[in-house]
Amino acid sequence: MSEPLLRVEHLKKYFKSPKGTVHAVDDVSFTIEAGKTLGVVGESGCGKSTLGRSIIRLQEPTAGNVLFDGKDISKLSRDDLWRQRREMQMIFQDPFSSLNPRMTISQTIDEPLALYNLCPDKLSRQKRVAELMDIVGLARRLYNTYPHELDGGRRQRIGIARALALNPKFIVCDEPVSALDVSIQAQILNLMQDLQRELNLTYMFITHDLSVVHHISDDIMVMYLGQAIEKAPAEVLFANPVHPYTKALLSAIPIPSLHNRKERVLMTGELTSPIDPKPECRFCSRCLYAQDACGAGDPQLKEIEPDHFVSCFRFGI
Amino acid sequence: MNEIKADTSNMLEIEDLSVEFRTHDRTVYAVNHLNLSVKKGQTLGLVGETGAGKTTAGLAALDLIQSPPGIITSGRITVNGKNVICTKTDNKGKQVAKTCLTKKELQSMRGKTISMIFQDPMTSLNPVLTVERQIAEVIEHHEHLGYTDATAKAREMLELVGIPGERGVEYPHQFSGGMKQRVVIAMALACDPQLLIADEPTTALDVTIQAQVLDMMKKLREQHNTSMLMITHDLGIVADICDCVSVIYAGSVVEHGTLEDVFDHTLHPYTRGLFDSLPNMEDRSARLKPIRGLMPDPSKLPEGCAFADRCDYALEKCSKEKPEIFYRNDEHYVACHLYNEHSIQEGGVLKNE
Repeated sequence: MSEPLLRVEHLKKYFKSPKGTVHAVDDVSFTIEAGKTLGVVGESGCGKSTLGRSIIRLQEPTAGNVLFDGKDISKLSRDDLWRQRREMQMIFQDPFSSLNPRMTISQTIDEPLALYNLCPDKLSRQKRVAELMDIVGLARRLYNTYPHELDGGRRQRIGIARALALNPKFIVCDEPVSALDVSIQAQILNLMQDLQRELNLTYMFITHDLSVVHHISDDIMVMYLGQAIEKAPAEVLFANPVHPYTKALLSAIPIPSLHNRKERVLMTGELTSPIDPKPECRFCSRCLYAQDACGAGDPQLKEIEPDHFVSCFRFGI
Repeated sequence: MNEIKADTSNMLEIEDLSVEFRTHDRTVYAVNHLNLSVKKGQTLGLVGETGAGKTTAGLAALDLIQSPPGIITSGRITVNGKNVICTKTDNKGKQVAKTCLTKKELQSMRGKTISMIFQDPMTSLNPVLTVERQIAEVIEHHEHLGYTDATAKAREMLELVGIPGERGVEYPHQFSGGMKQRVVIAMALACDPQLLIADEPTTALDVTIQAQVLDMMKKLREQHNTSMLMITHDLGIVADICDCVSVIYAGSVVEHGTLEDVFDHTLHPYTRGLFDSLPNMEDRSARLKPIRGLMPDPSKLPEGCAFADRCDYALEKCSKEKPEIFYRNDEHYVACHLYNEHSIQEGGVLKNE
């Protein structure tokens, strides 16, 4: 197996707050192969967005290494990082607030091209913008419109076109379809899958929507309070979830069918605080299977079968 | 005021409701000849996309549509046999829809007979009042209790939705999203309403918290025998909690039936499209089949069927005439040109995946 495109090792991101240190991302390691999609799921506040942002250094990680194509991004200088960013882009969650309301669509898509001086003259840049609009399915007549004139689905297409402008290899997609209606969501998901196939893109797909993540991902990583608690190929994770939290999470998906309805595993309580967490399994206060051992230190990710990792004291250590 | 006898088995009845929003440069037709009814003790799911008019319909039942710019142009709304909105002839001989209740009657109805859970728990609570005060306000108004008694009852309500009573003295910002939504639910249930309108009550919440809230709503509904109108865009929630479902598109109901009717004998191409847009949990590699295009601009609705432009089955007459309503059985109906009195019984006009 070749070296994966992205290798994240022991990444940590802590925030200082008046009440203590918030452990937003706490020692997360994973790899993504080129051309694949890693889905990251978890509840709000579990650190999935912070993880995505720390990887491309929109936020400086507190500790840990991010190896992209063999290069350690976390040690790059400002200038080198700027060059490296060409290959790593991000699609943001909210198509309503992530676009500059005072720039037309073409200006928004053109901006990265202009900044990186990728096209020799204005004409070829215009051509590239038009090409990008075609790729993401935006009609040419929208060239000079402003974001407020468009609906959420089209705005998200602008966000995708902007991310694609520099021919990146890797895109962090932070909840790209959460703000959209199902019929539009399906259009965008199909577009993203087509683009991945045509341009050989690698995605890190952050979402809280489990049916979406199941559909689009090759591998899925489940996060809970800053830690990765289970990681497995998508089919395996859905067919055989092992961690009690993953089980509860999967059973909570509302199924739009009257047949084969599953019994719910209802979790009680809510997330515990990520501020200065105690060294114990962070899920143990809500866990149905909690035992005394769960309070004894942080559980580590263990491979229980090939490619299936879980961090739970019930599975060895 | 009571010229038409209402069907007493229905808790909420909306007939031929049309709501427009008139601004200086255009008129938005948000709700167009909408019919729906919630039977006593049952839950009706109102499903549709953003901008389909779901929330407007819910607000109309409480006469809460802001005017201007909102105007109810026609329709009749009955809550528990009592007219809230009815069409009258004004002194120029024109038909207008108006509330038939006085301000006082409206106030005693809102929160008591019928109450609403608003979509966004982050903005529907008052940030400068403690949560128990906000709940107690409703109780003081409707049950004429004093400060202390009302506060005590407010705490009971908090306990009922799973929040320790002593947290009542805290302010909304001290609660998490799921707990805020519980506070909103506690407030809506405080005076034991007969009809609860829940406008996307779990959309802002995580799935695990959503499951908890839905579970709690189910239990409370059974205990108090509350009728419910569940406004949502999530067919999974409908399958979980509703008895009947109405699918709304561009301000009118395009298909209505029991859960079984709509989920297993889908008639309308739009409903089919909604199901097909959802990722298939059984088959990961199946490509999603989105509905092409977008919902029509509600200020420029087409002459014929509003869905015709996006419909794979569209006939020539679809863009010219409004479709009629055809009944498959007593409950299940569809508004679509693909059917007539005979073919509706056979179903199966739509290709099943």
